[in-house]
Amino acid sequence: MNARTETELLLPPMHSPARLSNTHLDALEEETVFILREVAAAFERPTLLFSGGKDSLVLLKCAEKAFGAGRIPYPLLMIDTGHNFPEVTAYRDQRAEELGADLIVRSVEDSMARGTVRLAHPGESRNAHQSVTLLEAIEEFRFDALIGGARRDEEKARAKERIFSHRDSFGQWQPKDQRPELWTLFNTRLAPGEHFRVFPISNWTELDVWQYIEREHVGLPSIYYTHKREVVERRGLLVPVTELTPPRDGETVQVRDVRFRTVGDITTTCPVESLAADAGDVVLETLSVDVSERGATRMDDMTSEASMEKRKKDGYF
Amino acid sequence: MSATTATPATTDVHGDTGTALRFITCGSVDDGKSTLIGRLLVDSKTVLQDQLAGVQRGGETDLALLTDGLSAEREQGITIDVAYRYFSTAKRKFIIGDAPGHEQYTRNMVTAASAADAAVVLVDATKLAWAAEVEDGTVVKRELLPQTRRHTLLAHLLRVQSIVFAVNKLDAIDDAGLAFERISTALNAFAEAAGVQVAAIVPISALKGWNVATRHADWVGYEGPSLLELLEELPVTVQDEAVPFAFPVQWVEKFSASADTSRGRRVFWGRVASGHVEPGQRVTVLPSNQTATVAQVLSHTRQPKVVHAGHSAGIVLDREVDVSRGDWLLAPDAFEPVREITATVAWLDDEPLVAGRIYWALQGHRWVKAKVARIVDRVNITTLESEPATQLEANSIGDVVLSLQQPLAVLPFTQSRALGSLVLVDTASHKTAAAVLVQPAAAKA
Repeated sequence: MNARTETELLLPPMHSPARLSNTHLDALEEETVFILREVAAAFERPTLLFSGGKDSLVLLKCAEKAFGAGRIPYPLLMIDTGHNFPEVTAYRDQRAEELGADLIVRSVEDSMARGTVRLAHPGESRNAHQSVTLLEAIEEFRFDALIGGARRDEEKARAKERIFSHRDSFGQWQPKDQRPELWTLFNTRLAPGEHFRVFPISNWTELDVWQYIEREHVGLPSIYYTHKREVVERRGLLVPVTELTPPRDGETVQVRDVRFRTVGDITTTCPVESLAADAGDVVLETLSVDVSERGATRMDDMTSEASMEKRKKDGYF
Repeated sequence: MSATTATPATTDVHGDTGTALRFITCGSVDDGKSTLIGRLLVDSKTVLQDQLAGVQRGGETDLALLTDGLSAEREQGITIDVAYRYFSTAKRKFIIGDAPGHEQYTRNMVTAASAADAAVVLVDATKLAWAAEVEDGTVVKRELLPQTRRHTLLAHLLRVQSIVFAVNKLDAIDDAGLAFERISTALNAFAEAAGVQVAAIVPISALKGWNVATRHADWVGYEGPSLLELLEELPVTVQDEAVPFAFPVQWVEKFSASADTSRGRRVFWGRVASGHVEPGQRVTVLPSNQTATVAQVLSHTRQPKVVHAGHSAGIVLDREVDVSRGDWLLAPDAFEPVREITATVAWLDDEPLVAGRIYWALQGHRWVKAKVARIVDRVNITTLESEPATQLEANSIGDVVLSLQQPLAVLPFTQSRALGSLVLVDTASHKTAAAVLVQPAAAKA
């Protein structure tokens, strides 16, 4: 594992991007690399949750720095709702192949077939049901650490999250009883059946992520940048018109210039109006936004003040 | 801090406002911490429209709701765990740890403080008996709240570089000038008795925004900077550059042209705990005691270079020696590994520390068994005096002697954070039970 030839070590750095005022990004990257190595060393069966979204692509870039390209010492795991944007799935597969990484895909539809996921109605969002499929995958592979690209600036419940977040055998987060996390002395001890969720980019903000994408030339699925798309306006959001999310009676379909700030399940993710064609444009837009990433884009988080917290308690990542 | 580590630590510390400042807000419950953070976020225009809309209650904006993100917190109106928040001004980026005030959740305050460059201890002026002057001919001692004292002591013990008192809710007091003066006197007296250096005492109204982001001119006789202006100038934590080289091995990477990884050299990855590392340097391995010379130093950009304290490095040695995760590479003859340490512990677990029990201790990446040989004493938070103790309950601070199953290289925490800090973990529950701060060897016989 992780064999690297001696000549590779003597190669020049992977790239020398233009350095602007980068001390903060450097510090974040270094923290992330440190945590990624800690997971590789401290756990027996870790995995990295990889959706093909921007946060997981930034994590992968940091993993390349931690271990060298092509030598990430854990498999990638995708929990597939079956409701993905095709550009994202295609890019996910492409990156996994380029890196020679082992990509495991487990799908909510399989859980539905097994009867472990029951939808209340066929049109229900499958997003929250990912928790069931995720826990099934954890049991199947006996994963003891799952690295995720969640950030504390995303949402109020996320803001409370430890970097090494202990989960009991039901995968539950216990927000009232989190382990103290002192300095960088991470207590990674587990009882059988328990696991950790690990969040190496906890301290990054949406802006940091985009500045890093720009600086490191991190490739992203095309829908993160401006494109023309059929949408309808609904409760202040731009809902993409797809087979899964058809227009409702009385709604007018319009073609708008949009991009996605975050991608996830088609049924819960909305784009924002934008002409940003590259990461530099997005950085400038992010500097001047007045609505949060989730507020602008997520249909599911608006239903309840505590919906993320509830999902996390149920085992959601 | 430059992750590429080309700059020595001396240029990367004092006053480097290009580096994000990590600070915590702490103090007693209801002293207004969440409101203060809400105010900082709103006044620095970090709060976005949808988030602000989410904290409107009955036509009023409740700033505290911006940070209390758990439903149990909103139900009870208290903060249970640290909320981390991010904001920037034109001058600098900030990471705030909003620590809970309740004694029950002291462990979460300690979690936040262990990573902080600065602590803002909130003091609620309306809760203190500052008005009473003379009673039976003697000046009444103006008592601070126990959690103000506890949090200040913990921040000090954990070597949080700057401790700032923010005296809040002065807008609710008629004679605010006198209140601020007397509370400042009490704070200074307490700090002096505890040996705590105070960076500043700032009068504020978190609710009204006075002296938070912008100065509130001609108020309570205070002419200093606003809290935010002060934070923009505070230094980030100094790394232990002056201490001899020490390096805990985090991860061993094997590389070899052949599939037989037992042959060929290995890279030892980790974060430099103290000093610096460069090719040609001699090192001793703990625990094997073998010595070797550093052949090559890597960072994750793969360039050989000097790497300073606080940054990650990959070290290649000139010959095969037995080194695994958890071992330390040390400057030769600079450390005397010990089997017994005297340490101050902040006890965090609900199960009390018991003399005679064995715990897991973690230093760097090394786990050793540690037995509590004896409890030396416990600190009385009110009087600051030591008192005898047979056990340490949750949220207490005391001194203990630990005997270690295997020798560790330690330094007093006041000299080196990395070599002087350990955590204790309960062997049965696996809970993180204590923050351990090593004392000078002969401090308490």
